[in-house]
Amino acid sequence: MTPAGADAGVDGGPSLTPPPSTGAEQPAAYEALGLKEAEYRLICEKLGREPNGVELAMFSLLWSEHCAYKHSRKLLRRLPTEGERVVMGPGENAGAVDVGGGYAVAFKVESHNHPSAVEPFEGAATGVGGILRDVFALGARPIAILDSLRFGELDSLRSRHLLDGAVRGIGHYGNSIGVPTVGGEICFEAPYEHNCLVNAMCVGLAKREQMVRAAAAGVGNAIVLMGASTGRDGIGGASVLASAELGEGDAAKRPTVQIGDPFEESKLLECCLELLGKGLLVSLQDLGAAGLTSSASEMASAGGVGVDIDVARVPLREADMEPFEIMVSESQERMLAVVEPAKVAEVLAVCEKWQTGAAEIGAVVDHGLVRVLRGADVVGEMPVEVLVDGCPLYDLEPAAPEEWIYGNRATLDAGASAAETLLALLAAPSIASKRWAFEQYDSIVGSRTARRPESADAALLAIPEADTAIAVSIDGNGRRVACDPYAGTVEAVLECAQNLACVGAEPLGLTNCLNFGNPEKPAPAWQLDRSVQGLADACAALGVPVVGGNVSLYNEGPEGPIYPTPVVGMVGELPGADAAAASAFASEGDAICLLGPFEPTLEGSELAKQRGELGPGLPQPEVAAVAAACAAVRDAVRAGALACAHDVSDGGLACALAECAIGGGRGCRVDLQHLRERGCTPEEALFGEGSGGFVISGERASLEALASDGVAVLYLGQVGGEEVEVAAGDRSLSLPLAEAESAWRSLGERAEAAS
Amino acid sequence: MQFPGSCDERDALHACELAGGEARLVWHEERGLNDVDAVVVPGGFSYGDYLRAGAIARFSPAMEAVAEFAAAGGPVLGICNGFQVLCEAGLLPGALLVNEGMRFVCRQVELVAEGERLSIPAKHGEGRYWAPDEVLDALEANGQVAFRYAPGQNPNGSAREIAGVRNEAGNVLGLMPHPEHAVDAMTGSTDGLRVFESVAGALA
Repeated sequence: MTPAGADAGVDGGPSLTPPPSTGAEQPAAYEALGLKEAEYRLICEKLGREPNGVELAMFSLLWSEHCAYKHSRKLLRRLPTEGERVVMGPGENAGAVDVGGGYAVAFKVESHNHPSAVEPFEGAATGVGGILRDVFALGARPIAILDSLRFGELDSLRSRHLLDGAVRGIGHYGNSIGVPTVGGEICFEAPYEHNCLVNAMCVGLAKREQMVRAAAAGVGNAIVLMGASTGRDGIGGASVLASAELGEGDAAKRPTVQIGDPFEESKLLECCLELLGKGLLVSLQDLGAAGLTSSASEMASAGGVGVDIDVARVPLREADMEPFEIMVSESQERMLAVVEPAKVAEVLAVCEKWQTGAAEIGAVVDHGLVRVLRGADVVGEMPVEVLVDGCPLYDLEPAAPEEWIYGNRATLDAGASAAETLLALLAAPSIASKRWAFEQYDSIVGSRTARRPESADAALLAIPEADTAIAVSIDGNGRRVACDPYAGTVEAVLECAQNLACVGAEPLGLTNCLNFGNPEKPAPAWQLDRSVQGLADACAALGVPVVGGNVSLYNEGPEGPIYPTPVVGMVGELPGADAAAASAFASEGDAICLLGPFEPTLEGSELAKQRGELGPGLPQPEVAAVAAACAAVRDAVRAGALACAHDVSDGGLACALAECAIGGGRGCRVDLQHLRERGCTPEEALFGEGSGGFVISGERASLEALASDGVAVLYLGQVGGEEVEVAAGDRSLSLPLAEAESAWRSLGERAEAAS
Repeated sequence: MQFPGSCDERDALHACELAGGEARLVWHEERGLNDVDAVVVPGGFSYGDYLRAGAIARFSPAMEAVAEFAAAGGPVLGICNGFQVLCEAGLLPGALLVNEGMRFVCRQVELVAEGERLSIPAKHGEGRYWAPDEVLDALEANGQVAFRYAPGQNPNGSAREIAGVRNEAGNVLGLMPHPEHAVDAMTGSTDGLRVFESVAGALA
């Protein structure tokens, strides 16, 4: 991981073809490719000469933020990555944890933000395609997709266009390839107006004995490129799109967005799993950002070997492609495998069966170079360690902004009654039901989905192969992270843990996608630094290892950076899929309690947003107390003691109660008097937010029996009636369930509004 | 049947087994169906569903074998993409058009079949059943409408609420909703098992 020493340079090499552009033009060329002058000088110094055009193109990609993590790698070293159940950690195509019975669950979340901001349908579709490849690259069959999406406010036409395109794109790819989309979240906030976020997470199931790593190994082995042919799409995506701010002229970047073909990937997936099942591959790697350049170089680096790649043997869509174009193309649906020479014929036969393209394009060599050939000519030659690990890692120069750097816009009447306020919160696009979106996704293919979207706090998947079940949650509230990057990130981890607890699951591992603004500016740098620290501390305190992740920086529009948005994906296990509670009230007369160390405040809340009162600062969550509450809920769910379990999140307790009531088609009558004894005002009790609260329902005695030294349980009231009735002093409210439901279900109509 | 691009073939295989049958996947290039008593053409996006859903799969070698199998009276069940393929192949009347709402829909729906109500999930983008009025009249007169969406449950704008039809001989049946995804209470419903059991029962 340390940058290679300055002595790593090599001589020019005997048969290098001349660079396509003259030396005099190159300074402009490297800048256009996103390299800084100092970085270019370092490349020259390490090579002992100027790079030619092919090499420059390859360096510009591998030394981009997207591939080199040059502004984040040092911070990421803070994250705890080890645990008893970890099978694969950071550095592989995806992380994986053991689930027993000889099986592992692999998972990863990755961003496709900038492509989606430029062309939402293809951007989101190929985001799904890319994360699927990461998971089947290590031998796991993808069994679930989740998405975390962020757009500007729903009343903006642009946001609705991006939302519509992204949802269609995710559906198009996931539905066609036969992997269920089982969960996710969508939030709408003005700072994402020009820079939407599309983060996709994939979960896969692998037989441990069939898993492979991404490291190239075995000098003399063949390198086989499988899948689609290589075209000019997506050239420069990693450097031009992913590692710079969005702004004027984005439409001209459309050719840098890749085009997805889920059918091609479906065949490639089945083909790769068959090859791995037959033990025909030494290693496997997907071609994502930076295409062949990145996958070949990273395989060589991980294996401590060199590679020869002959671009003349790469199947092309357009015959006249230049070597540099072939090396950096981001054409989708391609995988790179290392194969023993004796098995190449058999590999090609399996590819033939699946009608997926395959060509032997190179070999593993012991020269320590990434050497690009065109037939007999060497057209590029770079030491692996310079190309992959030579990029300088930068220290951030963080500085906390002195004031709130985002806007405020009041949308709620100052004189709104408590009932009107609850309606406005339930109708808030970030809180409202996302049925409009998830009904466009196949959530059931594969026969593992034990809870449909929105019927429980976490997605629940049966794993009969290992006689177990897993739960998956994805979360990250950028607004709260903006208020306090440390506390907000801790909350995101806790929210996932709470979601898992609601279905009786215990966390096994975590993946994350850090979506931030420009790290070269002090405020986003500070947000990133504090957020990573929060992630590290929360994971360490909960004992949940970080097994993989992704960083997406430079998420800025003309008005400034996005809300800092660490998206956390967590996977947990539970004994079986049958016991899980739902997030809906089940029976008239059931008692309703609030469990956990919930101390709501209005800071950073949806209500503060609607009142235009956002500003810096959040209370610091008490991780140990929340963990104890999670354990109590988890055990109770497993014991079948809870009819309903739902964590208190956006919109506070009033929204959580209303959601349980709507889900169950039953009203409730509750009194928040006891909560007010924690020092809350009526309004904070109703609408305040914070970690650690669970709404649970069931038999009163068994709910109250969950109380212990570290876990508070407050009786709130009963399930029943046609209304959501909440006594909270001078802010008491009573709202007909039908009215609450119609507000909560209003998203679809507004999302499809034409103007 | 397993085409490149099939999605629900393993689920259908599992459902056949739960209904008491022995099942295997038939690769799209296979022509031999001598060892089978019944065929399920599963859901998914065969050959990517390019051109039109099911339009390419009907030309596969295995579908030629299915056509012969059906002509000889062998029972054939087409689910979702399988229904589309059977319509494209002319083994069932009518066609399946893009949903009225222009979007893919995944939703639990209530079906009515021979007076019974079944709760079965539907998931498709091109599931709007259509045929000329005189064909629809004939289907109804001959009792070929096997499944209808219950009132208010039609997710795609299908003509006359039709969710599934059979051929005149009665041995080829197609429907858009997915009975193979309703065979286990854990995943929501067991009503789909009855569809598979009725096929198994017909063979017994």
